[in-house]
Amino acid sequence: MGIRVIVDKCVGCKLCIRSCPFGAISLAGKTAVIDLDKCNLCGACVDACKFKAIVLQKEKKPAGDISAYKGVWVVAEQYRGVIQSVSFELLGKGRELADKLGAELCAVLMGDDISHGSSELFHRGAGKVYVVDSPKLKHYQSEPYSKVLIELINEYKPEIVLCGATSTGRSLISRVAVKINTGLTADCTGLDIDPQRRLLLQTRPAFGGNIMATIICPNHRPQMATVRHKVMKEAVPDLSRKGQAIRKSYDDEVLSSRTKILDIAEEADQKINLSEADIIVSGGRGLGKGDNFSILHDLADTVGGAVGASRAAVDADWISYSHQVGQTGKTVCPKIYIACGISGQIQHLAGMSSSDIIIAINKDPDAPIFRAANYGIVGDLFEIIPVLTKKLKALLV
Amino acid sequence: MNIAVCIKQVPDTANVRIDPKTNTLIRQGVVSIINPFDMYAIEEAVRTKERLGGRVTAITMGPPQAEDALREAISMGVDEAVLASDRAFAGSDTWATSYTLACTISKLGGFDIIFCGKQAADGDTAQVGPGISMHLGIPQVTYVKKIEELNASKARVERMTEEGYEIIETPLPVLFTVVKEINQPRIPSLKGKMRARSSDIRVMRAQDIGADERFLGLNGSPTQVVKVFTPPPREGGVMITGSVDEITDKIVEAIKNECKPKF
Amino acid sequence: MSYLFTEEQKMIRDLARRIADEKIRPVAAEYDEKEEFPWPVLKVIAESDLSGIYIEEKYGGMGGGVTELCIATEEFSKACGGIAVSYAASALGSYPIILYGNEEQKKKYLPDIASGKKVAAFGLTEAGAGSDAGAVSTTARREGNYYVLNGVKQWITNGGEAEIYTIVAMTDKTKGSRGASTFIVEKGTPGFEFGKKEKKLGIRSSATRELIFTNCRIPKENLLGKEGMGFIVAMKTFDKSRPGIGAQAVGIAQGALDHALNYAKERVQFGKPISSFQGIQFMLADMGTKIEAARALVYYAAGLIDSGAKEISKFSAMAKLYASDVAMDVTTNAVQIFGGYGYMRDYPVEKYMRDAKITQIYEGTNQIQRGVIASALIKETLKKAD
Repeated sequence: MGIRVIVDKCVGCKLCIRSCPFGAISLAGKTAVIDLDKCNLCGACVDACKFKAIVLQKEKKPAGDISAYKGVWVVAEQYRGVIQSVSFELLGKGRELADKLGAELCAVLMGDDISHGSSELFHRGAGKVYVVDSPKLKHYQSEPYSKVLIELINEYKPEIVLCGATSTGRSLISRVAVKINTGLTADCTGLDIDPQRRLLLQTRPAFGGNIMATIICPNHRPQMATVRHKVMKEAVPDLSRKGQAIRKSYDDEVLSSRTKILDIAEEADQKINLSEADIIVSGGRGLGKGDNFSILHDLADTVGGAVGASRAAVDADWISYSHQVGQTGKTVCPKIYIACGISGQIQHLAGMSSSDIIIAINKDPDAPIFRAANYGIVGDLFEIIPVLTKKLKALLV
Repeated sequence: MNIAVCIKQVPDTANVRIDPKTNTLIRQGVVSIINPFDMYAIEEAVRTKERLGGRVTAITMGPPQAEDALREAISMGVDEAVLASDRAFAGSDTWATSYTLACTISKLGGFDIIFCGKQAADGDTAQVGPGISMHLGIPQVTYVKKIEELNASKARVERMTEEGYEIIETPLPVLFTVVKEINQPRIPSLKGKMRARSSDIRVMRAQDIGADERFLGLNGSPTQVVKVFTPPPREGGVMITGSVDEITDKIVEAIKNECKPKF
Repeated sequence: MSYLFTEEQKMIRDLARRIADEKIRPVAAEYDEKEEFPWPVLKVIAESDLSGIYIEEKYGGMGGGVTELCIATEEFSKACGGIAVSYAASALGSYPIILYGNEEQKKKYLPDIASGKKVAAFGLTEAGAGSDAGAVSTTARREGNYYVLNGVKQWITNGGEAEIYTIVAMTDKTKGSRGASTFIVEKGTPGFEFGKKEKKLGIRSSATRELIFTNCRIPKENLLGKEGMGFIVAMKTFDKSRPGIGAQAVGIAQGALDHALNYAKERVQFGKPISSFQGIQFMLADMGTKIEAARALVYYAAGLIDSGAKEISKFSAMAKLYASDVAMDVTTNAVQIFGGYGYMRDYPVEKYMRDAKITQIYEGTNQIQRGVIASALIKETLKKAD
């Protein structure tokens, strides 16, 4: 068990050394040596070695009878009774996965007076919706929601459970995965099926987006994954679709919560709808100072878009964190993303690379953003943006 | 108040780059730092101690060099530090990590509040905090932006959500994961740095934390990494040159084409 | 230099550098523009236990010496000379108490300075007494259990902001330079007022004011040492504080060089970064070498003082003289490397040049420093001749 180098096969080519994200491999003479104190058993070196000289062994131990688990579930998220669009995106992907497995696609809907929501979920492709309707579930709280979900999973045994990587989803699903003792992969950007082993292949970024990892959960069920809003495509609604609503109720013990919500409020600042905008104008370090964001606001207001920012601009206090796009900010996929004075670090790209068209304006011809942009302009944003705003204003009149 | 704060030592991912020739991570010169979100957790833990009295213990699961992170936490005002370190922990995914930390916390015992950062800058999963609270069977509040009221038996906090915020009341003991908006981490004091240098860091191994070894490390991890690769770079496009007039005309064209109904 | 530092000195350097980068650099231009005293920064410095690094532990300090003071001052100066001098001038104002205070005085005043709760200032200079410090005309007349101060001090750094002042005044005019004494005067004492804040070329964040004494009564217990020792106190104080000014100058020079280096790498002319041109390279080389030489001299002097050596005036003066001349030279060249941009206030380097100038002037003009050095050298040869 563990990792080791097969000395006879190692030729000292150093490919593994370069591939290790933890700097755990070094060369002793002509053989690779792995420092077990630094090694995280991630397996990157196993992949990198062309000579199959590194072996990573994991004990096989299926926990329970996993073949009994069938079906793809989506935990639908609702806020104030409205189902959030991330759930439709998950249903879109869920349908794909369910079809590949020949399994059914179901949704879980928890809330108060929420039963009407199931028809929407049927329209989006769910064959069954497990509805748990109770005043105690009106707003998300980690304990009742996780207890209910655990009950459902234990009873119906889905093989895959998908949830939105929202503040609700992430808090909820982490608890559930721990209690059930199963694997959870967060912020997946790719989900696929290995049909032979009936495994969910979960791909996600790591190291701030610098590398991608594909993860499986071979011996535990259900396989759980969260996906960020706007990463997958929404399931197209078919208003004629119908399904089966299964109402479940649980006693006070399951629905109880040690925490209490005293108040809920929306903040105007939060509702910039960055995630929904079709056109986003984003500013980075090249703006020079906070006041200059007004130039971008002008353009955004003209086209009915939103203003985004790189982490550099937010950290410099030029604009609030709710505008931050990137690894530690929001993921967006607008039709048009105009990056002004943004160098294009990988952490920023992680948040906007799925935009349809990226237009980049930067003074530095070597800025990495030009490798990702559809249209690149080496120029002065202070000259270009105001003129652009004027022309678009004229167009829209 | 007996306060715990869980931290993680991570590579400084803001400065990690890909070598374009080999498509692998460039590790040289990338320093190890305390996970940035954990700095806010440490600061909040220390502020809570300063307000209400008590002790703060910083805990991390990691290799021996994670001691540096613990010493930095001490220099910020943490009283004690514990390093959970054992080869058996290697290869832990978030399930095994939260289990290991939960065992350590249980073994040390008697904590009223546990602070965690929102997520780690290398894994970015945000799973360990909630995982720990589940293992320990205590309530949790995630994305805590402000502690409004706190005493020996309960807390009232502001939780940040996508839409705005919630005010949540919770009994103690409780686990909080905190966001950047909660405070501004302090610069350590000279006395703090000196204390950090001379402090004894307690190291706990697998047998010290009373863990079931089936749940540790690689064996205890339901998820496994099967492949690691560098993401395919997004294909670059064309460069637009010319006068400001010509450039803006071309941009307008592109916008018109993409957003047809509107323009 | 750092290979010669102890672990603790490295900690001080790292901490001061962090404060400089995170707390001083972002606000330096604003404080310079608004000419505001940097209380918030001094508060951060206090919270990091750096306010009293040169004060004995039993009075709440960290028990370090001139070296530690120089390390912190240099790091702060890399970010802003004006904010750094607000810190260093408090040390200048404290040294008379440290060197000549009795136990009561030290217990009364040093803890608050060490904790950063109060800031100190030193008052010697007057309109008619600059380099000719002996021409001080502020008087301190003994009246029973009090001294009554009358006179005006000019250009006092931290004037108006500090709470604790060490003032040199004449107690006996007939005795000439042996007729001066040093006193502790607290802000708020009746008869002690401040003039307007001066508008300066550089170090604009630092507060420079007149101190106006009009029949200002202070308890006789506030006399430092004995009557007649005034100038000795001043000279011994300067011996300790001059390396600090040297450190400030080194920091300013280093900060300017760093900016110039970054700029030279980015600025492209004739198709190449200007850092690839020999003319610029030679300038950078000279700047870098002079800074290292100045730094070596400053820390040598500081180390000598901390080792308890007796003959320190010469090296103290040399450190201040050389470092300040280097700072002026380096910052001027830094502006030159920036070219037109260097002259623009939107760019950071012109501030360094403005800040550097004062280091050649205060705490004894460089001409006075040369006098001190020459006297010391001559005295040494006379001794050898014996």
